[in-house]
Order: sequence, then structure tokens, then C-alpha cells
Amino acid sequence: MKEHTHAQAAAEFIKDDARTHWHDETLWHVRSKRDLSAQGIPEWETLRDRASATKDYVLSHLGELLEQFESNALANGVEVLWAKDAKEHNEHVYRILQENKVENIVKSKSILTEECGLNHYLEDKGYDVVDTDLGERIIQFAKQAPSHIVLPAIHLKKQDIGEIFHKHIGTDKGASDPGYLTEAARQHLRKKFVEANAAITGVNFGIAETGGFVVCTNEGNADMGTHLADIHIACMGIEKLIPRAADLGVFLRLLARSATGQSITNYSSHFHKAAPGKKLYIILVDNGRTEQLAREDFKNSLKCIRCGACMNTCPIYRRSGGYSYNSTVPGPIGSILSPGKDLKKFSTLPFASTLCGSCSDVCPVKINIHEQLYKWRQVITENVDMGASKRLSMRVAGATFGKPVLYDLAGKMARTALKFTPDSLVYSSLNVWGKHRDLPEVPKESFKEWYKKNRN
Amino acid sequence: MRVGLFIPCYVDQFYPKAAQATLELLEKYNVKVEYPLGQTCCGQPMANSGYERFGKASSDLFLKNFGHFDYIVAPSGSCTLHVKDHVLPKEAPSPKIYELCEFLTDVLKVEHVEASFPYKVGFHSSCHGLRGLRIAKCSERMDPEFNKPLSLLNKVQNIQMVELDRKDECCGFGGTFAIAEEAVSVTMGNDRLADHQRQGVEVLTGADMSCLMHLEGLIKRQKSPIKVMHIAEILNGNPV
Repeated sequence: MKEHTHAQAAAEFIKDDARTHWHDETLWHVRSKRDLSAQGIPEWETLRDRASATKDYVLSHLGELLEQFESNALANGVEVLWAKDAKEHNEHVYRILQENKVENIVKSKSILTEECGLNHYLEDKGYDVVDTDLGERIIQFAKQAPSHIVLPAIHLKKQDIGEIFHKHIGTDKGASDPGYLTEAARQHLRKKFVEANAAITGVNFGIAETGGFVVCTNEGNADMGTHLADIHIACMGIEKLIPRAADLGVFLRLLARSATGQSITNYSSHFHKAAPGKKLYIILVDNGRTEQLAREDFKNSLKCIRCGACMNTCPIYRRSGGYSYNSTVPGPIGSILSPGKDLKKFSTLPFASTLCGSCSDVCPVKINIHEQLYKWRQVITENVDMGASKRLSMRVAGATFGKPVLYDLAGKMARTALKFTPDSLVYSSLNVWGKHRDLPEVPKESFKEWYKKNRN
Repeated sequence: MRVGLFIPCYVDQFYPKAAQATLELLEKYNVKVEYPLGQTCCGQPMANSGYERFGKASSDLFLKNFGHFDYIVAPSGSCTLHVKDHVLPKEAPSPKIYELCEFLTDVLKVEHVEASFPYKVGFHSSCHGLRGLRIAKCSERMDPEFNKPLSLLNKVQNIQMVELDRKDECCGFGGTFAIAEEAVSVTMGNDRLADHQRQGVEVLTGADMSCLMHLEGLIKRQKSPIKVMHIAEILNGNPV
């Protein structure tokens, strides 16, 4: 029925118990740092309300804010391009590279370019795109996708990274000291920065009022790239806008604290216009965003500022790994964004949740993630074949619960059956519950039966 | 005030003692509780599985049984949340539904609990009560601290409540999630259990029997000595 379910991939991940718990602890540590840092801000919940309201405003005025952003950027001398989908986005980048006779490209972290498959597209055209974020460079060497949007190589241990670096940049075999490996990466990347003619970056916040934008990094790699190269291409999802520069403070205070527990990213770099003799391009990308905006129940998923806090807090993500979602953006937010792009392919993601609600409460822009997971489930069972047996069992359960006589009878039958069936049958391979859990002890009577005898 | 007792289906069938304790506890506080005999299930299992539409009959039946009460009380945060969000009409007049602990603290304003429980007790904070009904402050939010079920347990004599390393992480039950995502569900449950075991818990309690059923299943399979009781049983003074 399906090529890839989240449950299958998760079960595979969990087979390595030690690694699963290492992954869980690592991300829980990040969540704990976030808690500590948020606790230091008495007005934390007010900030979340403010950020949420600002993003609601943006989504309800997106057209006019985009036009305002474009005209201000144009006035700054920036070339603004529009892309309706990933293909147009990639073609724009390629054309810019061709027109400017670019040979060497450095790119800082951008989940949008992952979403658009830019690296593969450019590699097929003969370009070598060097990812300059340390985590991104590691997984680029390993030919892997990011498993987390903020911590792309979080699934790898330092020993894994030592091996990858030994193979690709000649570090000592068996060396896994983070300081040593990072220094080796710095030296390797330094050469790439110096040679680059073009730097590609993402955008964290586009400011409609000024036409400028902000890129947040911890490593300063976006700055190093854009300062050295003559061409800067900034790739921006259309939902990344905020109305005014004055709104920025709210978001910068929330972003890093939510992401890693830092009070602010090491570099929050503001770009307005190209330096003399250089060129700055902004590509505004839709790629399914306006479609999502039209879905009343799901539009506010577009408020996301990509902090990754919902991944760090999600007890399922921590124990199943980013790859189990098979989606550019994994975890809870990915599970409400992805079904809008391909309902069938991502149909198991909204079910990869207990609806515990931790994601919604940790979200700095207050996206009701778990409520949207619930709503996607309703959409999916209507539109995707979930298997006849599941549908039938739900229909039968629905009918049984609708009739007290049927319910009382079914309950009695189930209790009787459990009592008199041999354990070998109760715990057969058909009983998924019983693989690792005992069933409840069967009482001699239901509460209702007791009540009729004792209270009525 | 007319108070209707809603006993969720699996509590009725598998945990009648928790239901009896709930009834007796409310009676101790002089609440005249009515238990409509025609009740079944609130429809949550179907709805959370994506089949809200098949739960219509049980929703209609729920309203038929409970529509005329001032208050509905249920010993389950999860079922209470489902009824509140998806079954009861949003506009007045509609009965108000309360999870047992919040009914005791907010409506009855209980000051004293007549019970002694000389054990080390771990409290499992079930998600739907916590983040859905807000019966306590969750660790994600930065509001002032409050915890309705714990405030009640702390009124029990001789009880020793333990601090958990992760005070409100999900146990992995999640209804049909427990089956559909068995591997993750069991890992989450065992991790929660290990936290209680590290703190030397003798009795694990909570306000949602469904999470407790999942944890108890793991406890029994591990042959761990930890006992599981619904919070109503402890507040009602039931023995272990």
C-alpha cells in the first residue's frame, strides 16, 4: 500500500537502542537549554503572543506586504525575482550564475534550497556547491540530507564525523576531538570562501518596510561568504516577511532561545543593498505556500520561523530520528507542512504523534501544531486508502458506541474472551499491544454492572 | 447542581475500581452524582484515528445522556478534553465538563483530603489534561506554577511525592498510536517508567487510566514491583 511509513522507519531506527537513547538525550538537552533560557525572560509568553499576532497579520496581508517589500528592495538596487515553484527557483539561480560567469559557489544554511533540491540541480549542471555551515558540510560529504532543520547533522556522533572528515579532508584516522575536527573544517572551508564568486544564503526575516532582510547564523559563514563573493543570491520563502524593522526584536529574542537556548544567534546580519561593484539578488519562492495559505485549517503552519524547537521537544522525533519522516522538514511542523505538498506520500506523518501538544506549547509563534495534526488525520482518512480493515474497525467501533446495548454486550464479550482465552493466543503475533505489554487484568464485572447492583 | 458521572468505556470495562473510587470520592464531598446507564464512549478513539465522522452516533448518544446536567465529571483528562472540544455544543446552554481533579479543586474547592498513603508516589502527568485542559502548568510554558492534581495529592497524609527527571514527558500511549507506532510507543513508555524507577517509586498514579494502562502493561511485562493506581483511588483512601 505504501512504500514508506513513519512507523516502519521508526521501528528500524529504534532497533539500535543505545543510539536511540543517545539521540533522545542529545535533543532533550537542547530542549532543556531552551527552557532555561526562556525562564530568564519574564515576558516570554507575551513575546510569543506578539510574534504570533504579527505573523497572523503577515499571512492576512501577504500580497500587499510582498509588493511593499519588492518595491523597497528594488529602490535599494536589489534585483528581485519571483519563483512559483522549485523549478523556477533553481532556474533563476542557474541563470544568475551563468550571466555572471560564476565558477565557485558557497552556500550557507537554507532549508528552502533543500526543499527546492538546488544542490542536485546545480551539480547536474556541473557546479560544485560548497555548503559552509559545519553541520551541512558534514552531511554534504556523507551524501546525506539534513535530519533536523537547525542541527542538520544531529544524528551523527563525533566518531562518525571523524570518519567522514578522514575520508574527505584527510584528518587523522580515528580522530574525533571536536576542536581538532572543527579546525580542520575551518581550514578546508577558508580556501572555498576565498575562491567563491557567488554566495547563496537563505533568509530568516524579510522586512517589508525597508526591503532589507536578516540572516541568522552561529558560525558567521553567511557573512564570510557574502563579503568575499561578488554575487549574493538570497533565497526566501514568501512567508518569511515581517512588516516592520521594529518587529524584528521580538523574533530575534524568540528564535535563538527556542532553537538552542542561546539568547541570540552569534550573527544576525542585516542586508539592504549590494556593496559597490557587487550584486544582490532576492528570489521570492512560493512552491506550494499560497496553496497552504488557502487552507483555512492549515494556513497558520506558514507562521513557522524554523527554530526546530518542536523537533527537540517531540518525544517521537527524538526516538525516531529526522529521516523517519522522509521529508525536507521533519518532526511536528514537517508533519503539518508536508501533507499539503503530497497527501499520499506524507499520509503517515500526522499519525506519528500522540497529540501530546508539547510542540504547540513550545512553538515561539504559537502554531497549533497538534490540532492541525488531528485535522490532517481527518483529511487523510477521507482521501487516502488507509486499508479496509482499519476503516471497517473504526466504523464498527463507531456503531457499537452509538448503541448502549451493543456496547454493554461487546464489553462483556471482550472481557469474557480475554478471561478464557489461553495466553498463547492472547499474546500471539496478531496482538501488537501484547508484544511488549501485558493486557489489563480482567475484572469480574464492569463498573456499570457493579453500579446497577449497588447504587440503583 | 446536577452532576453527571461520565465513566470512559475502557475504565468501565477494565478499571471499575477507579470508577467506583471516583463515585465514592464525589459522594464523600456531598455531591449527588447521577450515572446515566445509557452511556458508552465519547468517540475519541475514532476521532483521533482520523474517523471523526464515524463517531457521530456516540457523540449524539453522549449528548442524549448528559445534555441536561449542569456539570459532567470524568476521571480522565483525555476523554474530558475530547468531549469539551468535539462533542459539547460551543454555545450555551451546555453542560460544563470537568476532569475529576479540576472539579475537586475548582468547583468543590476541596481543602481537606481524608486519606493516608504512606508510599513513595510518582505522578504521571497525562498530556491531554496537562496541555489540553491546563490542569497544571506544563514545562514548555513560562507561566506561574500551578498543579491541580498534585495540590490534591499533597493533601494526603504520609504521602511522599517524588520529583521526576522529566516531569511531563508523554508516555507514548496516544490511543491507536500505541498500536500503529508500537516501537516508539513502547520505547517512550519504558523511558517514562525508568524515570519512576530511578526515583524509587512504589506507586505510580495519574489522572488518566489510559496512560496508566499502557505503563502498567509494561510494568507487568518487566515484572517490576511498582503498583499502578488511579488518583481517585488514592484520594478516596483505597489501600494499595
